[in-house]
Amino acid sequence: MMYRYSLRGRGDLTEWRDAARAYLMAGIVPDVIEWRTMDDADGLFGFDDNNLPPPHEAHPPLSVPPAFIRLAGAVICHSDPTRFALLYRLLFRLMHGRHLLQMASDTDVVAAQRMAKAVGRDYHKMTAFVRFKELPLSAGTAGRRRFFSWFEPDHFILARVAPFFQRRFTDMDWLIATPKGSASWDGETLRTCDEPAAKPDLKDETEDLWRTYYASIFNPARLKVKMMTKEMPKKYWKNLPEAALIPDLIANAEASVIEMGKKAASEPLPFHHRIQEAAARAPVPSAPAAGTLPALKQEARHCTRCDIHCLATQTVFGDGPADARVMFVGEQPGDQEDLAGKPFVGPAGKLFNDTLAEVGIDRRSLYITNAVKHFKYVPRGKRRIHQKPNMGEIRQCRWWLMQELELVKPELVVAMGATALFALTDMRQKLEDVRGEPMAMADGRILFVTVHPSYLLRIPDEAQRMRELGRFREDMRSIQHLVRTNATYHSGPSNVA
Amino acid sequence: MKKSLKERLAILSDAAKYDASCASSGTVKRDSSASGGLGSTEGSGICHAYAPDGRCISLLKILLTNFCIYDCAYCINRSSSNVERARFTPQEVIWLTLEFYRRNYIEGLFLSSGIIRSSDHTMEEMVLIARELRTTHNFRGYIHLKTIPEASASLIEEAGLYADRLSINIELPTDNGIAKFAPEKRPDGIRQSMGNLRLKIEEMAEPTLQSKRRKKFAPAGQSTQMIVGADGANDATILGTSARLYGSYGLKRVYYSAFSPIPDSSRNLPLIKPPLMREHRLYQADWLYRFYGFEIGEITATRPGGMLDLDLDPKLAWALGHREQFPVDVNRADKERLLRVPGFGTKTVKGILSARRFRRLRLDDLKRLGVSLKKVQPFIACDGWTPHRLVDRSDLAAMFQSKPEQLSLL
Repeated sequence: MMYRYSLRGRGDLTEWRDAARAYLMAGIVPDVIEWRTMDDADGLFGFDDNNLPPPHEAHPPLSVPPAFIRLAGAVICHSDPTRFALLYRLLFRLMHGRHLLQMASDTDVVAAQRMAKAVGRDYHKMTAFVRFKELPLSAGTAGRRRFFSWFEPDHFILARVAPFFQRRFTDMDWLIATPKGSASWDGETLRTCDEPAAKPDLKDETEDLWRTYYASIFNPARLKVKMMTKEMPKKYWKNLPEAALIPDLIANAEASVIEMGKKAASEPLPFHHRIQEAAARAPVPSAPAAGTLPALKQEARHCTRCDIHCLATQTVFGDGPADARVMFVGEQPGDQEDLAGKPFVGPAGKLFNDTLAEVGIDRRSLYITNAVKHFKYVPRGKRRIHQKPNMGEIRQCRWWLMQELELVKPELVVAMGATALFALTDMRQKLEDVRGEPMAMADGRILFVTVHPSYLLRIPDEAQRMRELGRFREDMRSIQHLVRTNATYHSGPSNVA
Repeated sequence: MKKSLKERLAILSDAAKYDASCASSGTVKRDSSASGGLGSTEGSGICHAYAPDGRCISLLKILLTNFCIYDCAYCINRSSSNVERARFTPQEVIWLTLEFYRRNYIEGLFLSSGIIRSSDHTMEEMVLIARELRTTHNFRGYIHLKTIPEASASLIEEAGLYADRLSINIELPTDNGIAKFAPEKRPDGIRQSMGNLRLKIEEMAEPTLQSKRRKKFAPAGQSTQMIVGADGANDATILGTSARLYGSYGLKRVYYSAFSPIPDSSRNLPLIKPPLMREHRLYQADWLYRFYGFEIGEITATRPGGMLDLDLDPKLAWALGHREQFPVDVNRADKERLLRVPGFGTKTVKGILSARRFRRLRLDDLKRLGVSLKKVQPFIACDGWTPHRLVDRSDLAAMFQSKPEQLSLL
């Protein structure tokens, strides 16, 4: 037996779904159903001819994947008369294999995806190319401003896209008329109807400003007409106020570029010279006194002693009081330090701060710096991967570190990690061999060696990390002790430990 | 005599057109149904028109003023140029934005400005416009502000509360280029501003102790633009700079703008047709870096002079230089390998990965997925197809070259 079903076919899914459910419950195969729309019925068939199988009370409720409902909601808006049959075929096949829609290369799936895509594009183009014209309120009346638009979509998308305009143009009344129906909003109710509308003749003065903008934002030196027509096909042009300008803009493009070329480089106006003179007169900001930390910091901003500076945001110089008794030296700034321009503000800095706080050392009393003053990394997508500085870079940057030591004159220098140790002493020893033992530096200072806090962050094993954290804390306590027993500074480091 | 609004609109949009970005995407979803105001953003942007230069017109892209105290050689608005000057009042910018928006011409405003008096003064006026639009006019459309690098931190912070996107132009790919062509700009200052912006965006995205709701701060992130072809930097340098910018400052986009001759151009600059194909290749390489798992080095390492091939897209050029890695078996290869096949886009690869869980794929399947078989055939194997020695053919590159074209005089 053949079944025949006529739909209004205006992009309403429930209409099709009710019929499809009835057929499916009765197990009707796709081949024997003829789906029609009222438009192609020519009056020969009407809704009266719709024949559905008898209702199937005992049938368990049907379920389909949500992806199908989404897909069908779009496909049903397409103007292709085969859409109903295609959807029923998909629905029928889904009952036998729920993964059908994931078979991206299946003929029916591809056909439905294409229709959905065409509807999506039509929807998108409507949101883009609707142009409202203002209908002025009659003189002396107050109220919401009123706007009107005429648009010609390819598919039955009006009801689908109307909420978009409601969400966007909430504070004005508007009406969009199309050959496939119209939609309107009055601040309270969104109405849509299927009745084909006719194109009215309206004027809006602001269109002139829009055309001015369109012509001026166009760059005649980069003509790419194909690119334009791909995204703004000619079928839309008749309802776009700006499109009338296109032929002239294209025709005159080359001439206007040649014209531009001829006009090259004339004498600047007085305005320019005045600015240049003012700039020349502007006082140079006073530089900090030479031989001080601020002067050194200022100088380091433009350091190009090695190649790392090309990569980094800025020089991250040491930070702390110029008369600090203790100087901490780390390896190099990391991602966060590079952005903020201050040492030890990232994750390692946080751990460092926490440890200092636990032990009771005031960070503000310390001078904190790094062996290398620029961040060295390789970009990897959205992140930067830290790279160890090489010996050449450390040696180049030692120049700054030595200046800092000269100016701050700390009693105690703490090297955190092997890079700092190498920078301060040229020693390439295993950290464990020298850690925790105060040593004499050439100039009578005490050197204390511990690990770099970022090492602690990288230990994967929880128990080991806790152990190492404990040792780091102990090191900080030793440092505190060293500072408190001020006498050690004068009597030499050998007595300490 | 004071110029009319229309005359000034012509001048100040003409002055803005060398900024490539017109994106209105990537911000949070919001609309006016609750506020009863005007405007919405729905994730992906909308291009309301296209100009014959192939560029999308999504935003009202204008300058507040084209008076500028800077003298950057590549810029139409530099102080030594004789272009006509004009300025809008903040109220006029607001009016234009709202009236254009109501007629569905635009998604919102992209406001930039020449520097007048001081950086802070200019930035203050721009922030005022954004604040008025958001608070007085209840405007929920898109706002992109071009940030003035030297403006004070508090102004930038306020700008981020109202704008969807903030951007600072890096202008040229090398510090030397900036020193030569934009003597008043400080590249380290630009980088620091980008760094501060990233820190601010990240700080605001952290949930606070009081509430899980995050504060909105430039939800569409930051972007930048580099001019291509004004200085001598090669493609490898340009892409290296981009990679650094993406990695360092979390930029949403780096825009490449082929240097385009400007009226009353400086003598230091090439007055030639803009290198549009080069710009296109740079965008392709940029995409390969961001979405296809390529390293910049891989794309440019084998290229003479560090310049991308203008005749072949960079992915195809890479494949032709690494033939030992092909053919790729469509039914077995992992995602990373599939992404390297010239002719497969990210969507195609997604489709292949989904479809092959249920059946072995043939050329027909690929065709239905929208793949150009002619392009991919030499590089893939699937059921019923192996390219045999096709991938080794010495004339393979020639098969993809475009037909010779008559050059125009300009």
